[in-house]
Amino acid sequence: MGSYLIRRFLLMALTLFGMSVLIFVMLRLVPGNVADILVDSAGIADPKEKAKIAKELGLDRPIHEQYVSWIGGLARGDLGFAYISERPAIEEIAPRIPISAKLAGLALFFSVIMGVPLGVISAVRQNTALDYSLRLVSLSGLSLPSFWLGLLILMASVQWFGMIPIWTNEPRSILEELMLLSIPAAAVGFRSSALIMRLTRSSMLEVLRQDYIRTARSKGASQTTVNYVHALRNALLPVVTIIGIEAAFLVGGLIVTETVFNIPGVARFLVEAILWRDYPIVQNLVMLIAFVVVMVNFLVDMAYMALDPRIKFAD
Amino acid sequence: MRIRLAFIAGGLAAAVVIAAPAFAQKQGGTLRVSHRDNPPSASVHEEATISVNMPFMSVFNNLVMFDPKEKINSPDKIVPELAESWSWNADKTKLTFKLRSGVKWHDGKPFSSKDVKCTWDALSGIDEKQQIIRKNPRKVWYKNVKEITTNGDNEVTFTLAREQPSFLSMLAAGYSPVYPCHVDSRTMRSKPIGTGPFKVTDFKRNEAIKLVRNPDYWKKGRPYLDAIEFKIVPNRSTRVLGFVAGEFDLTFDSDITFPLLKDVKGQKADAICEARPTNVHTNLLINRDAPPFDNPKLREALVYSLDRQPFSDILSQGNDLRGATMLPPPAGVWGMTQDELQKLPGFGPDIGKNREIARGIMKELGYGPDKPLKIKVATRNIAIYRDPAVILIDQLKQIYIEAELEPIDTTIWYNKIQQKNYQVGLNLTGAGLDDPDGVFYENFYSTSDRNYTAYKNPEIDKMIDEQSAMTDVNKRKAMVTKIEQALLKDGARPPISHSVSNTCWAPAVKNLVLQHNSIYNGWRLEDVWLDR
Repeated sequence: MGSYLIRRFLLMALTLFGMSVLIFVMLRLVPGNVADILVDSAGIADPKEKAKIAKELGLDRPIHEQYVSWIGGLARGDLGFAYISERPAIEEIAPRIPISAKLAGLALFFSVIMGVPLGVISAVRQNTALDYSLRLVSLSGLSLPSFWLGLLILMASVQWFGMIPIWTNEPRSILEELMLLSIPAAAVGFRSSALIMRLTRSSMLEVLRQDYIRTARSKGASQTTVNYVHALRNALLPVVTIIGIEAAFLVGGLIVTETVFNIPGVARFLVEAILWRDYPIVQNLVMLIAFVVVMVNFLVDMAYMALDPRIKFAD
Repeated sequence: MRIRLAFIAGGLAAAVVIAAPAFAQKQGGTLRVSHRDNPPSASVHEEATISVNMPFMSVFNNLVMFDPKEKINSPDKIVPELAESWSWNADKTKLTFKLRSGVKWHDGKPFSSKDVKCTWDALSGIDEKQQIIRKNPRKVWYKNVKEITTNGDNEVTFTLAREQPSFLSMLAAGYSPVYPCHVDSRTMRSKPIGTGPFKVTDFKRNEAIKLVRNPDYWKKGRPYLDAIEFKIVPNRSTRVLGFVAGEFDLTFDSDITFPLLKDVKGQKADAICEARPTNVHTNLLINRDAPPFDNPKLREALVYSLDRQPFSDILSQGNDLRGATMLPPPAGVWGMTQDELQKLPGFGPDIGKNREIARGIMKELGYGPDKPLKIKVATRNIAIYRDPAVILIDQLKQIYIEAELEPIDTTIWYNKIQQKNYQVGLNLTGAGLDDPDGVFYENFYSTSDRNYTAYKNPEIDKMIDEQSAMTDVNKRKAMVTKIEQALLKDGARPPISHSVSNTCWAPAVKNLVLQHNSIYNGWRLEDVWLDR
């Protein structure tokens, strides 16, 4: 196990290094840099102005020098200066991370808390009216884009309650924050919950037909014990995998949800930074996302071991 | 008719607002405004977008400004601001301002003539080492400035190379605030220091721009508001719903299109909405330096191909205005009347006849139904650009041109145009002020940094300089019309339509006067108050 973990961590480091090169190169392959954009935003067509800004931002240095400077800074915890706001990148990024983390966490919580139990119910009540209804709900969850659902929620709130649950001011309490984030979290988590529910259902149906389930039943175990202790635990392996993947995909969902609900999170900020080619912000944020995805994958693999004792990671 | 009704309604609304008795004015409150996007920076001098002017104009003062109580900006409606008075010398080449004393910058430092000098030394390029700006999009506005001299702390003189009646108008525009000499450009872009009625407390990207009342404002008793908060809400549906739900008191300038206006009025019956021209016009960019449009006949065919009414009908339910480069009356001071416009090539009412002329030219050049000219129409990949481009493509089919839409990422749009890497482009051009010097110098003068099509025509340059020096308004107006005709004949940014859009506010917002010939002026907001 020890050497597996070392190997795994080394692989993670290698993956992150690869990502850093990829992000760095890809960003510079995209047409237009921040100097172009800053000058363009004022509708000026003066190459001298562009060159002046490019020099000021260090964009005229050789690309490898720029990369070493970024990675070196990152290793020292210095994320550089945001080109647009002209403030330290860390000051721009840090306050936004908790907002998106809470939103993503709530969305994931919502999707698991809805998806897994409803999937189990749907499986054990297979081909009943309840099963059909739940499958319909899950289908709608898969087909409704979260931005559309979000707008629908906003319109309904204005129409029926005369208020709009969008972020216009910093919430004054945890409760207020929870209230403010729960609706967008539900909007973004609805799709994931539908996916998790469908996967839980099919996985449960497969497990419920296994011999060891029949054995458990013949030994006199109650239906609840059979469903939740014997079947669910074994059915959860593919579900955990999909939860891991969905956690990574949530960032994509957050972009539109943060825009519709006007949440000043990291996902919307990233899109804005990409549009402005604000390299220090984009590079560091994408690295952060890459790190989160790599860690989630690692945790999913560890969860396999916890869920199924037969799984061992060879040294 | 509908346009006239919209203006009358707007006028009446404003008349009611202006007529509000003085004793009713209340001090205090926070004005909550929705903002459409992240301003590129807070430095008014460095940018060319309403996204910057609307939130940051109230941080500054000009030497003079267009009377904020008047809806139409015109040279005879200029009032003093940081200047108490001004005078011209006999040959009108020296303009001297007597400055207010006792004015302080938001950081407590005293304002003086040195600040005026250093601002325009930087803007006119006399002193390129000035650190108060990094970009200078309107340098061409001040090309006629020879020298700026101070006489003590309270007097400053601009010496011009020649007479220029519009010079004062340019100083009165929202784009002409006085900057402090002692503050660097980085600070001005992030948390600017001004002398204006409001101070910047916070400018957080993707969140908000917060301004608070300047307690030391030189105009006693102003501003009425305690604070203004511009909330950055990039999604238009969310912004509109937020206004309907009462989350905002004022919408972003011209944010409410005519189709949206119906929704807003349907859901918030007490909303006050005013339609006004934005002085932003849709036009064609034609690459005259590369085939096939290096042929003037082909450019002429394009000019004759346009049917402007469908653009207005489809995009603004018929409310957009037909005009040439200058905004047409009644809001526009210098534009041509509808009768005059009819005489311009391609503006005549008989579209069939115009297109017959265009088809004739195309046939002459060897094109026809069996041999159409295949081109690409480039435009910024934003709905307000793409939508008219699609209508244009449809109209071009009528004259044997098969066009394909080429949406360009907005971040590289000017770059592409500047590099002449296009055939035909669909573009929007905004005018910082309704004045021929501002519009012509900026967009068509060969040495302008904002002339991104690199249009070069010595004849036009000469005419622009000539009208700029004219003191007789009628003669100048005739010259402006001549320039417009020449530009159109040359296929230089043929205009399609001038946009009209709505700005809405809650009934509690009082004394808001929108200016009808430039959206970039009139956002000082010192006279606005809240009745709640």
